[in-house]
Amino acid sequence: MSRTVYVPRDSAARSVGADGVAARVGQAAAGADGVTLVRNGSRGLLWLEPLVEVSVDGGPRHAFGPVAPRDVAGLLEAGLLDADPADPSSALAGHPLHLGETEKLEWLASQNRLTFGRVGVVDPLSADDYLAHGGTEGLRKALSMAPEEVVAEVTASGLRGRGGAGFPAGVKWKTVADATADIKFICCNADEGDSGTFADRMLLEGDPFSTIEGMTVAASAVGAREGYVYIRSEYPDAVATLTSAVEIAYARGWLGENILGSGLDFDLFVRVGAGAYICGEETSMLESLEGKRAVVRAKPPLPALQGLFGRPTVVNNLLTLATVPAVLSGGAQAYADLGVGRSRGTQVFQVAGNVRQGGIVETAFGVTLGELVERWGGGTASGRPVRAVQVGGPLGAYLPPSRFDLPMDYEAFAAVKAMVGHGGVVVFDDTVDMAVMARFAMHFCAEESCGKCTPCRIGATRGVETLDRIRAGVDREKNLALLDDLCTLMTDGSLCAMGGLTPMPVRSAIEHWPEDFHREPVPVSIGRHRPGRDAASAGPVYTPANASVAASLGAPAGSAPSTNEEVAP
Amino acid sequence: MHAGCVSNGASSPPPTAPGATADPAEVARSVVAAHRGDRGALLPILHGVQHALGYVPTEVVPVIAAELNLSRADVHGVVSFYRDFRRTSPGRTVVGLCRAEACQAVGADALAAQVEARLGVECGATRADGGVTLDEVFCLGNCALGPAAIVDGRVLGRVTVDTVAALVDSPADAPAGSPAQPEGVGA
Ligand SMILES: Cc1cc2nc3c(=O)[nH]c(=O)nc-3n(C[C@H](O)[C@H](O)[C@H](O)COP(=O)(O)O)c2cc1C
Ligand code: SF4
Ligand code: FES
Repeated sequence: MSRTVYVPRDSAARSVGADGVAARVGQAAAGADGVTLVRNGSRGLLWLEPLVEVSVDGGPRHAFGPVAPRDVAGLLEAGLLDADPADPSSALAGHPLHLGETEKLEWLASQNRLTFGRVGVVDPLSADDYLAHGGTEGLRKALSMAPEEVVAEVTASGLRGRGGAGFPAGVKWKTVADATADIKFICCNADEGDSGTFADRMLLEGDPFSTIEGMTVAASAVGAREGYVYIRSEYPDAVATLTSAVEIAYARGWLGENILGSGLDFDLFVRVGAGAYICGEETSMLESLEGKRAVVRAKPPLPALQGLFGRPTVVNNLLTLATVPAVLSGGAQAYADLGVGRSRGTQVFQVAGNVRQGGIVETAFGVTLGELVERWGGGTASGRPVRAVQVGGPLGAYLPPSRFDLPMDYEAFAAVKAMVGHGGVVVFDDTVDMAVMARFAMHFCAEESCGKCTPCRIGATRGVETLDRIRAGVDREKNLALLDDLCTLMTDGSLCAMGGLTPMPVRSAIEHWPEDFHREPVPVSIGRHRPGRDAASAGPVYTPANASVAASLGAPAGSAPSTNEEVAP
Repeated sequence: MHAGCVSNGASSPPPTAPGATADPAEVARSVVAAHRGDRGALLPILHGVQHALGYVPTEVVPVIAAELNLSRADVHGVVSFYRDFRRTSPGRTVVGLCRAEACQAVGADALAAQVEARLGVECGATRADGGVTLDEVFCLGNCALGPAAIVDGRVLGRVTVDTVAALVDSPADAPAGSPAQPEGVGA
C-alpha cells in the first residue's frame, strides 16, 4: 500500500498554520511505511486552509479541512496514515473534518480550471510531476510551428491581457515579432499590487513552471533572447519558489541554450520590486527593471517597440503568459469557445475581503458578479448583509448588490463605469462607510503616485482634503461639486491610469451610497496622513462647531500649491 | 547565465548576519561585485545591501554610485523612491500590517490601532527600545484570510493583536509575561 498526504506550501495556507500541520504529519509519516508527504500548492478553497489531502494507492484524493496543527493528532488516530477515507465505515471517513473527494467538492467541480489546472494538484517544484500533468506540451507544439503561426494561434484564441486593460495578447506579440532589433525581451508582470488579488502569487507558488513555459513560448514567437519576471517584494515565498523552478528548468534544458533541442536560446531572470504600487504599470516596471526611479513613461513609444532598455519588449501579466501553454496544447478554438462577447476563455477570479468562502474561482467569462459573491463566496464572513463589492482593485468601482446580475465581461463592466481588472472581488458588509473608502482611494493614489503629473500628484491630495471636509460637514454641497470637478480633471488630465482611474471608486461610492456623504458630521483632521483614526491627529481638528472657520481656511482644489512635498511614494 | 535574486521582501527579517558589524562600504562593494553583468542591477544591489545590513546606510550611496558609474543623486533618488529601502536601522522584529481594502473589510484599521497600543509604537516608526519596527503595507496577497500581516518575512492570516504581540518583545516598561503564541501559526 502506498499513500500520499498533501499539505499545502502556499503562503496563504502557511499563514494559518500549514507548516505546523506538515511538521506533525511528517513526524508521524517518518515512522510509517509507504507514506509520502507532498507540499503542494493550494486548491484555492482558502477558507478551508490548511486543507490536507490523502490519496491511497494513487486513488482519488480526499480532503480534510481546515486542519489546525492541534487537529493532527486526532486525524492520525482516525487513520490518516493507514485507513481508507473512501471506506465509509472507517473512522477517517467519519472524521468531522473530512470534506469528501476533493475533485467532487461542488465549489471546485463547478469551476473550469485551465490556467490553474495544476495548482494544488502537483508538487510545484517537481519537473516530473509537471510533465505528467501536461507540462511542456504547449512549448513543444510552439517549437514545432513557425513563429508567426504561434502568434496567429494566440490571436485566434481571443486571449486578452489579464493585467487589467484586456489588450489582445496576440496583437501585442505581433508588434514585437515584426520589429527588428539586436535583442528583444519578454517581461512578465507579477507585481500584482491590487488589494483582493492573489492569483499571480498562487500560480507562482503552486505551478511556477507554467510561467516559465509561457514566457519561453512568447520568446520563440517574437524572437526574444532574455526574459524578466518582476515579482513584488511582498511575495517572498513566490520569489523563492520561482527562483528554484528557474534553476530546475535550466537543468532540464527548458531554459538556456538550444531549448529542447530546438535551437531556441532564452535566459530568464527573477527580479524583485521594492514596495511601489506604480511598478505594476508597465512602463514604470520597465524603469524599475532598468534600475531607476519607477516614473511612468509617456506612450508612445509603445513598450512593444521601445521597451526595456529601448528594445522591443512583450510586457504581459503573469496570468496571460501562464495561460498560453494551455491555449496552445488545447487549441485556440477550444479556448475561444469559452466566454462571452469579446471576453474569451476563462478568468481566474479572486474572491476576498469580508466573505465566508474566499479563494480562487476560475471559470469562463460571463459568470455574474452575484454568483461569485454568493454561490462561491457564500456571502459575508460576518453574516451581515453585503453592502458593497469592489471589483478590479483599488482603481476599480464599488458596486452594490443591485448590480449582482452583471456578467463578468470587460465590455459589460466598462458600460457601467466599472472594470474587471485583474479579477479581484472584494466584499464589504453593511458596516462599511463608503465615504471612508472613497477617501482611502484618494489617499492611496496620493501615497503611490509616481509624481510625474500634476492632476494625480496634487489632485489626489486635494481629493483627500475635500473628502475630509465633506465628512466633517464643511460646505458639503460645494465640496461635493468640487470633488466632482477634481475627478473630471484627474480622469482627463492624468498621464496613466493611476490618476486616471482613481476617480472610479470615488464616483461609484458617491453614486451608489450618497447617504454616506451626508451622515452626521464627524470630527476630522483635514488631510491627515493616515485614514481611520482621525482623533489622535496632530493636525487641526475641524468639528461641526468650527465648520465655518474651516471653510474659510479651505483652499479650492487644484489651485493651491501642493502640501505634498515628497514627490515620490 | 541567470542570477536569481532571492531578495528580502517587505518587512524582511533584520540581519543576524556578520554584516551587522561589517564595514558598510565593503559590504556594498561585494554586493555590487556579485551583480556585475546584470542589466540594470541597482535594485538587486540595494536589496542585497539591505539584506546584509538591515537598511541602506547613507554612506553606501556614494560607494554604489562610484561602482556603477552613476551620480550620487541617481542612487539617492532610487533609494528614496521605493518604500522598501530603509535609511535607518530597523527594530529587532519588523511587523508590516496590511492596510489595503480587503483587509479593511475585516477590521484592519481597528487591528492597527490595537497593535499600536499594545506594542507601544506607531505605524511607520521604530520603538525607542529598538524592539520592533511597525510598518504599513498594501496587500500581501492573503486577502481571503485577512487581516493579514508580515512579521520578519513571514506572512500571517486572520491576525489578531495577540498574534502579533506573541512574536514581538514586549516594550521595556510593559508588565512581564507576554501571551503564549496562538495556536494555528506555530511552525
Ligand atoms: C497603476 C497601475 C498598476 C498596474 N498594476 C499591474 C499589475 O500589478 N500587474 C499587471 O499585470 N498589470 C498591471 N497594470 C497594467 C500594466 O500596465 C499592463 O497593462 C499589463 O501588465 C500588460 O499585460 P497584459 O496585456 O497581459 O494585461 C497596472 C496599470 C496601472 C496603470
Ligand atoms: S497619473 Fe500619477 S502615477 Fe500616472 S504618471 Fe501621472 S503622476 Fe505618475
Ligand atoms: S488586502 Fe490585505 S492581504 Fe491583500
